[in-house]
Amino acid sequence: MPDRRKFLSAAAASAGALSLAGCKSLSQTPWVQDVLYTAEGLTRRVQRLFAGSHALAKEYTKADIAPVFRANGTINPPTDDYQQHVKEGFASWEVTVDGLVEHPLTLTLADLRKLPSRTQITRHDCVEGWSCIGEWTGAPLRAVLAMAKPKPNARYCVFHCADPMTDTDSDGVADADFYYESHDLLECLHPQTLLAYDLNGKPLPVANGAPVRLRAERQLGYKQAKYVERIELVESFAHIGGGRGGYWEDQGYNWYGGI
Amino acid sequence: MEASAHQLGNPRPSPSRRFLNFLTFGARTRPDEPRIPFYRHALAVRITHWLNAGVLLVMLMSGLQIFNAHPALYWGAQSNFAHPLLSFSALQNSAGQVVRGITQIGSWQFNTTGILGASRMDGVLVVRGFPAWATLPGPQWLAMGRVWHFFFAWLFVINGALFALYALARGHVRDLLPTARDFRNLPHEIVEHIRLCFPKGEDAKRYNALQKLAYFTVIFIQGPLVVLTGLTMSPTMDAAFPFLPWLFGGRQSARTIHFLCAFSFVAFFVVHIVMVVLSGTWNNLRSMITGRYLIEGDGGTRA
Repeated sequence: MPDRRKFLSAAAASAGALSLAGCKSLSQTPWVQDVLYTAEGLTRRVQRLFAGSHALAKEYTKADIAPVFRANGTINPPTDDYQQHVKEGFASWEVTVDGLVEHPLTLTLADLRKLPSRTQITRHDCVEGWSCIGEWTGAPLRAVLAMAKPKPNARYCVFHCADPMTDTDSDGVADADFYYESHDLLECLHPQTLLAYDLNGKPLPVANGAPVRLRAERQLGYKQAKYVERIELVESFAHIGGGRGGYWEDQGYNWYGGI
Repeated sequence: MEASAHQLGNPRPSPSRRFLNFLTFGARTRPDEPRIPFYRHALAVRITHWLNAGVLLVMLMSGLQIFNAHPALYWGAQSNFAHPLLSFSALQNSAGQVVRGITQIGSWQFNTTGILGASRMDGVLVVRGFPAWATLPGPQWLAMGRVWHFFFAWLFVINGALFALYALARGHVRDLLPTARDFRNLPHEIVEHIRLCFPKGEDAKRYNALQKLAYFTVIFIQGPLVVLTGLTMSPTMDAAFPFLPWLFGGRQSARTIHFLCAFSFVAFFVVHIVMVVLSGTWNNLRSMITGRYLIEGDGGTRA
């Protein structure tokens, strides 16, 4: 009899597991989410243990470059402001670096192009699962940060973008919520982390984030903010947007995008 | 030697009796003979087995949820969008209604409406790789699928490592490692399995060649392979261990192998369940829950 009882309880447990199938309520239960999200910190710490601050993403050859670099997410920010910049060829586009820095600064596109540049052929990995190889040229973010001098309590760079993510009255103009992303300083100071302005030897196309986008080559695509116009150094991003460090993070995606 | 003696001394149950066994989930072939209890599975094996069963189910279903975000597979470092190895897609009519689900393997196309490419949610056909009943969470929700997958991936690795440590420390690896003798016996055993005749007596106390091959492959080859190909999809891991994408022929190849591994686990599961049922459901289940397995006498050779 005890055998049968044990079997019945095991059967009940597996039936419970099976009912997970159509059940989205477990995924919506706060304590279940809290438990499941704990793995993110563990994954981040262990991966950082192996990758450290300097392990480089693989760089490919020109022969590997994809004929068309797939664009995803926003492909043409519909705001009047941005469209005006497109007409002007981004001549007056500026990237501001502020927040917890000794020297807040504003760089025009021409200023960025005057900085020593880095060119790298890397693989872009989208969270959806696909990959695409492209050649990026840009200013290493660490050179820009060196000029701005982050204060000792600065821990993250928050990248504020020009692409709106909501359009509440469907007039093609956003009413709230511009895309944003954040990385910790370890990733920002990585030698391959760029403020990229060229793709495959030509100025960045609008669909891929013109005129300036972030490249953080050890992270997934949603961490590579496009249309960057402001870099804010902060100690915590809890007060920004939904408080989870990025537009997609506020929709439930992990902040750590290394996996 | 043992095998041939066994063959001669063991009159096979009649085909009708074997079919009856099948219908009765492998009841005893000789109800008159006493059965000898045998302690078959150690506690560590039983615990890791059942944990693994639950963890793998969550891994599979959350994995299908993640796959649904881009239901196509490629070979190489990157995605050759025009020529996937496999893809699920949907055909829509001019009104935007989904009318057909299409599975493409290489250049072959199959209509898989209702299951792959397009399936029903709340009665309406929608664009979906795998149907909602197969994914965790059910509705399209990539973020949560990833959160489930990466939490249970840790459980899968920790549970697997504990089993491997136990198996190494207690010599259980030897029980699972096929020997030269096993390979020699293989043709004979395949025939016996097809006849639904399973080892009895002393032979039932150890794994036979087919069991060893299946368990050894799934535990010590497929297990590590699914973990390593999973890690190869992580851009940070690729920076830390450049040999990973090299080993599997690129990130997209690794993703394809990961997918094949997942379905090899499903194939293993199906065969495993069929064998459990055919060779005595309750006896097998009891032995994996309490450890105790009842061995039938092997007919003429022992009395």
